[in-house]
Amino acid sequence: MANAPTALVLNDIHKSYGDLAVLKGVSLTAYDGDVISILGSSGSGKSTLLRCINLLENPSRGEITVGDESLDLKPGKDGNLVAVNRKQLEQMRARIGFVFQNFNLWPHKTILENIIEAPTQVLKQPKAEAIARAEQLLEKVGLADKRNAYPDNLSGGQKQRVAIARTLAMDPQVLLFDEPTSALDPELVNEVLAVMKELAEEGRTMLIVTHEMRFAKDVSSQVIFLHQGQIEEMGPPDQVFNHPKSKRVQEFMASHS
Amino acid sequence: MDLQGFGHLLISGTWMTIQLALSSLLVGLVFGLIGAAAKLSKNPLARWLATGYTTLVRGLPELLLVLTIYFGGSQLLMWIAGWFGYTEYIEIGPFVAGVAALSIAFGAYATEVFRMALLEIPKGQWESGLACGMSTLRTFFRIILPQVWRLAIPGLGNLFQVLLKDTALVSVVGLNDIMRQSQVAISATKEPFTFFMVAACIYLLLTAATTAFTMFMERVANPAARGNRA
Repeated sequence: MANAPTALVLNDIHKSYGDLAVLKGVSLTAYDGDVISILGSSGSGKSTLLRCINLLENPSRGEITVGDESLDLKPGKDGNLVAVNRKQLEQMRARIGFVFQNFNLWPHKTILENIIEAPTQVLKQPKAEAIARAEQLLEKVGLADKRNAYPDNLSGGQKQRVAIARTLAMDPQVLLFDEPTSALDPELVNEVLAVMKELAEEGRTMLIVTHEMRFAKDVSSQVIFLHQGQIEEMGPPDQVFNHPKSKRVQEFMASHS
Repeated sequence: MDLQGFGHLLISGTWMTIQLALSSLLVGLVFGLIGAAAKLSKNPLARWLATGYTTLVRGLPELLLVLTIYFGGSQLLMWIAGWFGYTEYIEIGPFVAGVAALSIAFGAYATEVFRMALLEIPKGQWESGLACGMSTLRTFFRIILPQVWRLAIPGLGNLFQVLLKDTALVSVVGLNDIMRQSQVAISATKEPFTFFMVAACIYLLLTAATTAFTMFMERVANPAARGNRA
């Protein structure tokens, strides 16, 4: 994908909590249409990296560029970087879709209301247009009949599919998935992975933190292995999964196959 | 039961009590929300002020608050007005003093109810709002506050019942509420038992209505529990 325009560039991202350095300089580039899986054992900083991209966590150092727009950052009171301009941060977040491990659907709103909330409130889409789009997306994730249900009435897999539809409703440039299947019962994992695979095949740009090795091997254009806050190995799936250079990655793959 | 022509007086007293209670509720809810926001704020001064407010107000009898505001409020207002060069006499009526005292008291307790409810909302609810580009304020009003109501309404309903009964305290500064109107009727008729019973029945009717309304609001604030809206 190296000829495609860049969708997301992270440059030298650091993150510390007090004395504990969780990220120690991570840089990566996602081109349009890239599907990048981020692997690593727990505590390697995978989720923190993803959350730093849209400033759910404030990185201590580094640069973030979405499309051709860099996010203006300045040091905040606690030493971590904060957005210079709140409006720019909000616009940038609107272009970055984030799918959470725990779905984080809004329980007081119906499924349809969950999906149209941000398009109508943030993008100021007319309600009828947002509803029409939401219906298409519900169709796509196979939940058209649940439009008037509330999140509490859905299974975990259904909730995550709604959460993905909610994210797609903003038509984001980049999609971030933070362990999207880790909170699911094993038999519900596949329905979510199937939706994600379809998105990958459509050419959407995605960063996926996951423990689903077979899925990562299957859909990724690039695989990144994080270890102790740094990129231990990065490359096409065949290299990282089948012929890893790093000893640590070799051990990890051996224990996960 | 013979009310000896004092029925209309009790009705006007009831209406006064309702006005006083609802006004105090509205203002008190605002105090409570501000208090809770301040207690959870990152700003140490805001936290300190809110803690001072709840500690002080919850430690004082409501009657003392009513009397202090009614008799001391005029002086305080005139003192402040004096700074701006206004020297005329300012009087606070019993209704305004009552609303001020009761809403300050209600707000102090409501602060704790709102604070607990806000803490109950998972952090992920904030994050999913912010992550799709909503501002903090929009996330608060669209995503967080509707869920806070659901958690806070039972507690607020209790506080409102207490408030409703505390309105009787304002009769001591001459507000023509249920309590005072029945005393007026008693001094004319010398039938305390009759009129206190009538007053008791009116208060019971009002608190029962409050309970019913609280239950209704619990349902309104919790659409998910009613099942599909289809």
